[in-house]
Amino acid sequence: MNSTLDKFFGGKQGGIGLLILAALLLLVFPLLLDSFRLNMVGKYLTYAFVAVGLVLCWGYGGILSLGQGIFFGLGGYCMAMFLKLEASDPESTKIQSTPGIPDFMDWNQITELPLFWQPFQSFGFTLLAVVAVPAILALIIGMAMFKRRVGDVYFSIVTQAIAAILTILIIGQQGLTGGVNGITDLKTLLGWDIRTDEAKTILYFVNAALLIGCILIGRFILASKLGRLLMAMRDKEERVRFSGYDVASFKIFVFCVAASFSAIGGAMFTLQVGFMSPSFVGIVPSIEMVIFAAVGGRMSLLGAVYGALLVNYGKTVFSESFPELWLYFMGGLFIAVVMYFPNGLAGLWQSHARPWLARLRLPDRRQPSMKPKPPAEQAGVGGATIDAVPAKQLESTP
Amino acid sequence: MSGFQMPKPVLAIEGLTVSFDGFKAVDDLNLYLDRNEVRVVIGPNGAGKTTVLDLICGKTRATGGSIQFDGRELTKMKEFDIVRAGVGRKFQNPSIYENLSVFENLEMSYPAGRKVFGALFFKRSAEVIARVEEIAAEIGLSEQLYSEAGLLSHGQKQWLEIGMLLMQDPELLMLDEPVAGMSVSERAQTAELLKRISQGRSVLVIEHDMEFVKSIAHKVTVLHQGKVLAEGSMEAVQSNPKVIEVYLGH
Repeated sequence: MNSTLDKFFGGKQGGIGLLILAALLLLVFPLLLDSFRLNMVGKYLTYAFVAVGLVLCWGYGGILSLGQGIFFGLGGYCMAMFLKLEASDPESTKIQSTPGIPDFMDWNQITELPLFWQPFQSFGFTLLAVVAVPAILALIIGMAMFKRRVGDVYFSIVTQAIAAILTILIIGQQGLTGGVNGITDLKTLLGWDIRTDEAKTILYFVNAALLIGCILIGRFILASKLGRLLMAMRDKEERVRFSGYDVASFKIFVFCVAASFSAIGGAMFTLQVGFMSPSFVGIVPSIEMVIFAAVGGRMSLLGAVYGALLVNYGKTVFSESFPELWLYFMGGLFIAVVMYFPNGLAGLWQSHARPWLARLRLPDRRQPSMKPKPPAEQAGVGGATIDAVPAKQLESTP
Repeated sequence: MSGFQMPKPVLAIEGLTVSFDGFKAVDDLNLYLDRNEVRVVIGPNGAGKTTVLDLICGKTRATGGSIQFDGRELTKMKEFDIVRAGVGRKFQNPSIYENLSVFENLEMSYPAGRKVFGALFFKRSAEVIARVEEIAAEIGLSEQLYSEAGLLSHGQKQWLEIGMLLMQDPELLMLDEPVAGMSVSERAQTAELLKRISQGRSVLVIEHDMEFVKSIAHKVTVLHQGKVLAEGSMEAVQSNPKVIEVYLGH
């Protein structure tokens, strides 16, 4: 039992890090920020889901997906479809030529709810679809790519292409998807008005709790043998293959998990922001999401959350004063991270802040950490290294 | 029962051919390996030695011919299925996970939790720990069990990779130049190790170091241009004029 807990919390150090994050998200932000700002933080945190997923599949799995917007968008659209159907009851749409269908369908001369929209009348199905639809797409992409040993940059390019295709598809099928405007004018969730300040605060907490849940799942995966296999695969894929493992299946798994996490973020985005549009699906948002993970630290689940928060905060502040410069700044930031601090903020914390803190402590409290640990303790080693990865590890990553 | 029956070879390679853009790296090769036999394959560079190992373990696909292992045809099997069938292969350059500890390196090869959900819920049981410690003692790395594998010396890395194969307890062990880059004393230790671990399994070794070959080989196969040039005891092969001409003479 104890070791299972360890797996989730990543030992003492990981537990403290998680507690600080939880306190920040669940206490500090709600107490200090007004409802508008809190909602904004909630929006940033939806991107953190994607960044956490990227830590798993990019940081540890070595799979750089430049198309996580696909999954963020799919999750968001699934939720938006449900909310839109609820907002389009015959009463409030009675001025349409076909009452009871979403307004954009009516504008596009569609007279009947399309077949693939119908299951989204059920909330249970929607919740399932939010996680399952992106996971199934990731499974298909993963099977097609990893089984054929397509990897590295080729995989990244293909994910970009899929993101572009999906955007074009959504925009082109205006009558089915709401086109370039997306699905807007969402009002209630099972009769509960999601536009009020109170609802937004509650959704913020749901969002933060789900994010922490995803981090815990991520920790469990990384602390398991599967986590060590991912690291082993990044180092010597052939050795893993010729040790009796089907390498592709592990890549597919971690890619699917990352997709599901992104989709939960997308669904929470729709709920908190009140709409979903193709501008969150395409190439640019997908790359932005990679930058969040890179800035936060691609080897750190917690770092990814801070990365998403900081970059988005910077984006909001910066783009208000220098809207046209923001993209260049973002690009510069990415280059700087890759070149000078490949482990991101978490890496800087590990290499600079932590030793500095340790020096402040009394000498007798310094624990000799070089001592070999007994195997039982070693079981948590994967967990302990989640947020404590030596810089060396990244150098060996392509 | 009628007449004398030969013991069935554990590995039977027949008519094996692979061509890369018309160049036949392995050409109509026949090779039989008996149970509990230590066979060393020697030959000049480009003779196709490593390619033969690649073909057996599925890294390279054969253009023609068959590889029977314990009655199973390997040429059509997936790499991981070949491993699971009992074939272990060590690569020429030490191929270990530098970022993981020696313990974790060995544990990675423990034949359990090999599928996604098996790995997710894999438990480090007392049995696993005992097995890892046993193998670590065998390869002389008990002291380094919890240090990072990247910090090991070249020779220790080679032993670690051999240890990783032993974790799988393979029926057929294939080693590609296991003593390359080792010191004289490390070579002697490796020879001792090979003699111990070849009990109860067949071993196929590629090696250039003649002293080492002499000390371990039951039988030697000389490859030249993808074909078997000679086969037999070390002495017989060494005195074979054809072998001296293409390989040993230089």
